[in-house]
Amino acid sequence: MSGKREPHRLAQPDPPWLMRTYAGHSTAQASNELYRSNLAKGQTGLSVAFDLPTQTGYDADDPLARGEVGKVGVPIAHIGDMRTLFDGIDLAQMNTSMTINATAAWLLALYIVVAEERGVAATALQGTTQNDILKEFLARGTYAFPPGPSLRLTADMIAYTVEHVPSWNPVNICSYHLQEAGATAVQEIAFAIANATAVLDAVRERVAEERMAAVFGRISFFVNAGVRFIEEHAKLRALAQLWEELGRSRYGVEDPGLLRLRYGVQVNSLGLTEAQPENNLQRIVLEALAVTLGRNARARAVQLPAWNEALGLPRPWDQQWSLRIQQVLAFETDLLEYPDIFEGSLVIEGLVAELVDGARGELARVAEHGGAVDAVDYMKAALVESNRARLRRIESGEQVVVGVNRYTDSEPSPLQADGASAFLTVDSSHEQAQIDALQSWRRERDDAAVASALEQLAEAAQDGTNLMHATLLAARAGATTGEWAGSLREVFGSYRAPTGVGDGGPAITTAKIEELRENVARASERLGRRLKMLVAKPGLDGHSNGAEQLALYARDAGIEVVYEGIRLTPEEIAASALEEGVHVVGLSILSGSHRELVPAVLAAMAQAGVEVPVVVGGIIPDADAAELLREGVSAVYTPKDYELSSIVGEIVEIVAR
Amino acid sequence: MSQRIATAQELVGRLRRRDVSAAPATLNLLEDENRRSEASALMAALSPGALGAEAPGHIIGLTGPPGAGKSTLLGALVSAWRGSDRSVAVLAVDPSSKRSGGALLGDRIRIAGSGVGGPGRFIRSMAARERVGGLAPATRAAAQVLAVAFDLVVVETVGVGQSETEVGDLADTVVVVLQPGAGDGLQYLKAGVMEIPDLLVVAKADLGGPAQAALRDARSTLAVLGAGATGLLAVSALPPTQGIDELIAWLDEHRAGLDLGARRLQTRRAGALADFISEYGERGLRALGGRRAAEQALLESDRDLDGPSLVASLGAQVV
Repeated sequence: MSGKREPHRLAQPDPPWLMRTYAGHSTAQASNELYRSNLAKGQTGLSVAFDLPTQTGYDADDPLARGEVGKVGVPIAHIGDMRTLFDGIDLAQMNTSMTINATAAWLLALYIVVAEERGVAATALQGTTQNDILKEFLARGTYAFPPGPSLRLTADMIAYTVEHVPSWNPVNICSYHLQEAGATAVQEIAFAIANATAVLDAVRERVAEERMAAVFGRISFFVNAGVRFIEEHAKLRALAQLWEELGRSRYGVEDPGLLRLRYGVQVNSLGLTEAQPENNLQRIVLEALAVTLGRNARARAVQLPAWNEALGLPRPWDQQWSLRIQQVLAFETDLLEYPDIFEGSLVIEGLVAELVDGARGELARVAEHGGAVDAVDYMKAALVESNRARLRRIESGEQVVVGVNRYTDSEPSPLQADGASAFLTVDSSHEQAQIDALQSWRRERDDAAVASALEQLAEAAQDGTNLMHATLLAARAGATTGEWAGSLREVFGSYRAPTGVGDGGPAITTAKIEELRENVARASERLGRRLKMLVAKPGLDGHSNGAEQLALYARDAGIEVVYEGIRLTPEEIAASALEEGVHVVGLSILSGSHRELVPAVLAAMAQAGVEVPVVVGGIIPDADAAELLREGVSAVYTPKDYELSSIVGEIVEIVAR
Repeated sequence: MSQRIATAQELVGRLRRRDVSAAPATLNLLEDENRRSEASALMAALSPGALGAEAPGHIIGLTGPPGAGKSTLLGALVSAWRGSDRSVAVLAVDPSSKRSGGALLGDRIRIAGSGVGGPGRFIRSMAARERVGGLAPATRAAAQVLAVAFDLVVVETVGVGQSETEVGDLADTVVVVLQPGAGDGLQYLKAGVMEIPDLLVVAKADLGGPAQAALRDARSTLAVLGAGATGLLAVSALPPTQGIDELIAWLDEHRAGLDLGARRLQTRRAGALADFISEYGERGLRALGGRRAAEQALLESDRDLDGPSLVASLGAQVV
């Protein structure tokens, strides 16, 4: 490169984005080892995956935590766990992203206190807490408190970090999960902006108006990118445009630095397939291009899923492969050497204009419902409907998925030649170990200090004082995640989010559905009353897309479906099955806890005297599926069973048997 | 299903002993088209004539437009009733899809909250089936039969079409729930589309000003309609709840002041007519000489007869 100004080149190549891998499992110690080895491989930031009990505010020994401890992430119960998790990692240098929402204030407090113990000032800390509670109500399900108090907690935390942890991103508005739940590009943009507006409005009530520009500048986004990577890139430019507009018009922000969209990304998992999973690699590469190609809307931080995510938990080698994609893009290609390559592109400009228009229309609809908080029901139902349309397009073949609905013949895959070991199995003995460690922690700490801190927390919750101060006290005193959240639940109450299926809207009719209706009617006549099914989600897993789509499809096929949403105990499910007089129970579990939860449901049903068939859906490896079938489950469905018509058809047959 | 099926006789014994755990099997029987003679036998064995008295439970019909907060209110009521150790059965009626025959029954969790209710709380979601907007015959039968064993039986319906009229035909006490700001409910009342209930409840009283305005509107509507006997209450079912205890006291008082024998006789006869029409159709009604003749025939029938027997006696006249 010569020294003279060339508008098509940068004087200096850009530094690469932060490279992370979403990771954490089993215990704080095992996760710490994993982080260190990931950093040694060239990862430049950390992305902490917490387990579901930590995300929803329960301790490992809570009945609701059964089977979930250390499954989808690391269990962090108290300051001791947090010390272990970051052992040997320099918090002054590290940029840490935490996928944590309902309990974000608590986990950030633990992080601040660990830093403090090591002499690292809070002002030096860099990273992100996801903390986007509205999308938990919409798509992911790890909420702990009702919407009002949840937003207040978020606002408290932002008000605190803006003053005391100024380099921290307290909220990562997360459209990622909206796309995973089926959002179109327009919905993803609009609902993200609407959610961000609700958060900012809540903060506005708790900070001085002149601090709002600084607050606005600390809000970042966490987006998704699917395989239609050109439109996906345009989506990010559209989001940036609307974000800047929002800052100027609603919050009076003028500093261009504070108005710029900052986002991290995890590319799409929804489109990853169980069939011919090696094809996922090229999908991931293309999706990574969507968020890196154009300099004007390039991600600040990227994490990529692994090729085998639809099969089970990725192994370190699988995650390394995904990290290497990022490294090839950043260090081998010339991507970082140019200004924005789409400047002046008619196609991109046209797409951006389309998306901005669409998003404005959608934002107006959310506003008609009274803003994001009041529009949760509307947005949830809209997402369910979009996902339903997507599944219909795949089932009809209108949307091609290579290896799934076209080009399905395949040579045997050497990548899966070793069968069951093509993914990570988490040893379930760590659950008891975590419970033991937790109980000994409780024995050894100063109970009086903990009680006093929790009392101050409850008082603050009641009188409106910023909750961060009491939360930090509780962290230092050695309180546990379940105690912190439990104290707040006492004051705030608990909550159930809308299921999004409501009355399900009008039934759809296709040739396959008409045929199914015939079968359902015949089976119902034999049974004496209409075939009735309970669709249930045991455990803490909030990924309800599968359950929702099955419930809707079964309804369309003429079945009476009882659907109760997420987070049910095995005992509740058994009681529902009994009282409702259902002919079959369908369980959906995506957190990998099927080996614990399914037998628990079967036992509870036997105890209640309900003898009806049970079918299970989820990310369930073949070996586990065989085990579940032996234990009495009638059928197991995994992501490769993408045709709802076949699943519902088989369920009708099972009942008719 | 491989489940052992409880016989009608067995269920009669258990319900008469007020064994509430008989509820699931009772509903399975009443809904079963292939066991209708057994269901009729159960109804006959639990009729006031057979029992020597009206079933002691309080049958409450709860209706109102969609989104009024019925399920949430019912959840608060159920938890308060259970707190004072009264047994509660809830029949939550949802519309079926006319095209598919299927239904999504999602109210249960909003009523149940979290936790297992134990035997004193029974919740059954029922699809309205082919009778969109109305009540399935099994719902009416279930309400009558469950009132033998449970202290309270609540039939919750979505207030569209004819369901609130029909809920009036089966309940001892009819409650209509309205939410502040939505004028539909009051419009229905004024237009006579909706029968005048025993009690109007303005839910979501935590909305403050709008709730006060809704109370004012409701009061003036009732005055215009000359419905001075209709009660009016404001409640909030979200914590901290307001007005739930007052609502319970109002319901108890209403029930205590009823001429139960007369009300139940009227509901059995009205229910029998609805069931007769759903079975024999308008043509059957004409064969009886029209609705008024049918009503007259019912008025002259034995006052202790249960619903299925009343329908059967009308049916015999058609043939």
